[in-house]
Amino acid sequence: MAETLLKVQGLQAWYGESHILHGVGFEIGRGELVTLLGRNGAGKTTTLKSVMGIVEKRTGSVAFEGKETVGQPSDAIARLGLAYCPEERGIFSSLNVEENLLLPPMVRPGGMSLSEIYQLFPNLQERRRSQGTKLSGGEQQMLAIGRILRTGANLLLLDEPTEGLAPVIVQRIGEIIRQLKGRGFTILLVEQNFHFAAAVADRHYIMEDGHVVDIMTAGDVKQNIGKLQAYLGV
Amino acid sequence: MFELIGIPPQALFGQLLLGLINGAFYAMLSLGLAVIFGMLNVINFTHGAQYMMGAFAAWLLLGILDIPFWVSLVLAPIIVGLFGVVLERLLLKRIYHLDHLYGFLLTFGLALVIEGLFQWKWGSSGAPYPNPIPGGYNLGFMFLPTYRGFVVLAALVICLATWYGIERTKLGAYLRAATENPTLVRAFGINVPRLITLTYGLGVGLAALAGVLAAPIQQVSALMGTNLVLVVFAVVVIGGMGSIMGSIVTGFGLGLIEGLTKVFYPPASNTVIFVVMALVLLIKPAGLFGQTK
Repeated sequence: MAETLLKVQGLQAWYGESHILHGVGFEIGRGELVTLLGRNGAGKTTTLKSVMGIVEKRTGSVAFEGKETVGQPSDAIARLGLAYCPEERGIFSSLNVEENLLLPPMVRPGGMSLSEIYQLFPNLQERRRSQGTKLSGGEQQMLAIGRILRTGANLLLLDEPTEGLAPVIVQRIGEIIRQLKGRGFTILLVEQNFHFAAAVADRHYIMEDGHVVDIMTAGDVKQNIGKLQAYLGV
Repeated sequence: MFELIGIPPQALFGQLLLGLINGAFYAMLSLGLAVIFGMLNVINFTHGAQYMMGAFAAWLLLGILDIPFWVSLVLAPIIVGLFGVVLERLLLKRIYHLDHLYGFLLTFGLALVIEGLFQWKWGSSGAPYPNPIPGGYNLGFMFLPTYRGFVVLAALVICLATWYGIERTKLGAYLRAATENPTLVRAFGINVPRLITLTYGLGVGLAALAGVLAAPIQQVSALMGTNLVLVVFAVVVIGGMGSIMGSIVTGFGLGLIEGLTKVFYPPASNTVIFVVMALVLLIKPAGLFGQTK
């Protein structure tokens, strides 16, 4: 594995009184694409939100480039170089497409330029004056991914980018995620669509009830397909 | 034509000007309320007191330090705005997670305390503030006092500048986005708590600016904000809570309606705004420019 970029150890998290994560641990090397797989309610989204600091009640350790982030507010964590694309996409309806794209501030040098982002998502350029939420679901997803590419963040946290999208769009998003990996982005992907995940990822962490219960590399998946399907309940 | 409806033009235009001036204050004050409500989810009942503080700041700056009106126009809103920042850091930020009712109680209580203190120190009879641009123009159909004309223009410029700042600038984009989804905006690396403090400071500064503009027209007194702010809340309800353009248009529009009522049926002039409010609430509960969530 390459140099470790993100190291999560014994991460516990709570929503109010309910204890969601019970000691999650995993690692991502620089330039890797890693997924968190698991059924609904396994704690995948909560893990992303805890890494990002959006879930504030958390203990354990989340080290990004060796720096501890547990205890820091989410804006400080974002400025270290993590960027988050939420499951519900979070497109702002009072902002047009371009304002949505330009909203997240630069946190590091080396982000993509606006024209590079438009090259990757030509639809967004065409509709740059439209209200953000007037876009189709696929376009909104592309906007949600596109706007975190400008900031210079090198770790992207993507929460179910294919959810509710037509197969042809899912395929397009898969191509884009591979391109982003090619550009050197490190990506932590949460997915329910295991076929999609298997096609793009280097490694899979399987989650159940707020724990990581298994690890598979891309090569292991074929031999262990039965086991994986049992985990995911498909 | 004027003889036909039996109204002398001087009376009509005089009242229209008065309506426009009142409307200018409604617009500036409801604008600040809208900005604060959008971002903090708090209905700032201290707004009238902060407007009064702006007028007092100008009056004290003149009386004690001999600072002229034009300097106070900038200085007083900054002083009162900073007071707002302290208030937000010290008190308001502790109640955002609570029900609206607590924000109401806190800001309403603060208004009573502030107005009480000013009344205790300076009484309630009021003090005059000299008109910085005396004189006027005879337009033929009416006499236009220069300062009053200036107030209407200044209010228009202030309103449009605020609208531009919120709808067309980067800082405004942060404000709009944080109004919708503060958690996500924060996760992008923006210090949302600081943005909230800044918004409250700006909204309070806007109220104080209106207060400075009002000082030469009204008496500077501890309770000058209380009656005005009642009408302003009606304006906000009519325009739609949190809508920027709605506040501006409704503010000026209702000032004019009030002025016209004074010409055609004076007894109703004090209630006409509340009648409009009741009608709007019946037909469009979210207000003319408001959006139901």
